[in-house]
Amino acid sequence: PIEALTMAASGEGKDARLETISRSIREIPNWPKEGILFQDITTTLLDPVAFGHCVDILYERYRDKGVTVVAGFEARGLIFGAPLALRLKCAFVPLRKPKKLPGETIGEEYSLEYGTDRIEMHVGHVKASDKVLLVDDLIATGGTMVAGVKLMQVRFQLSPTLSPCSMTLNDHKQVDRSGPKTGKEEGRN
Amino acid sequence: AASGEGKDARLETISRSIREIPNWPKEGILFQDITTTLLDPVAFGHCVDILYERYRDKGVTVVAGFEARGLIFGAPLALRLKCAFVPLRKPKKLPGETIGEEYSLEYGTDRIEMHVGHVKASDKVLLVDDLIATGGTMVAGVKLMQKVGAQVVEAACILELPLLKGKDKLGPYNVPLYTMVHKDVL
Repeated sequence: PIEALTMAASGEGKDARLETISRSIREIPNWPKEGILFQDITTTLLDPVAFGHCVDILYERYRDKGVTVVAGFEARGLIFGAPLALRLKCAFVPLRKPKKLPGETIGEEYSLEYGTDRIEMHVGHVKASDKVLLVDDLIATGGTMVAGVKLMQVRFQLSPTLSPCSMTLNDHKQVDRSGPKTGKEEGRN
Repeated sequence: AASGEGKDARLETISRSIREIPNWPKEGILFQDITTTLLDPVAFGHCVDILYERYRDKGVTVVAGFEARGLIFGAPLALRLKCAFVPLRKPKKLPGETIGEEYSLEYGTDRIEMHVGHVKASDKVLLVDDLIATGGTMVAGVKLMQKVGAQVVEAACILELPLLKGKDKLGPYNVPLYTMVHKDVL
């Protein structure tokens, strides 16, 4: 089973750090298109206290879980995943768009509103014996995250994969998704 | 390895962790792949430790990392230095108001951007990327910071390809370059 962990709904009591993190996020209306209230974490990154809390909380949660690989989704998942991998003293594997990785790759396609996209990693960098933590800044529809899970799990028959994200839109932000949708779903994966 | 800081054994560990991929993205290029460095928390840790030791007392207020591999080295460093982290991104990636700088490619141009207001004139900025080759991207970063009046303390990369003269390209901008590993390839 996959555990999608959301920090504020994690039942770990009123961790004041979560409020600091939440308040640090800037909301940008109608980006990338009408009706989307984009959750901008670059303001979180400006604040080493808030950014630090993100990594600290993840570190505290996973330090004793035997994680051997942190895999972060290009690009914002790299920002949260890389410091975490260093803290956990485990491998960091970037999950990238096509044509970015120079070596032999293995990938997984996923659907967008119109068309498909693909995430890839280098062959051999995740092995069947690995225990993987998937990291991204945000989970919305879950398309990207599921592609990551399939890449790790379906191809390698790995044991359960843990997938933390810094934010979960559905639980914490009353974002209206009923508006008209046109074009590519940037930020909606 | 040519850092002049004595024989720091960590530099050799870092150098050996890099995988070379011939003829990528095209014939004649020996691509320096740092994803193998990232697999090794000792080697990856050395990269951040060495940068942290170098900059901890330099009054850096912003670490700016170039999408995408500069994010991987810059973000942990910013956390260690307890300063702001600013991602420098390709066009159409940042949701807010942006300011950018164009730079030349072999064919055409590209552009890096940051969010307006995230770097101020009072900031002392460290620019971070995994590698410097011709220096085009790095100079664009320098110009972008200088455009908002900020001081660039240094440009820092894990790898340098001296044959491509990136250091010379930075020269006119009065920004020193620090790199850990040199590879005499194109």
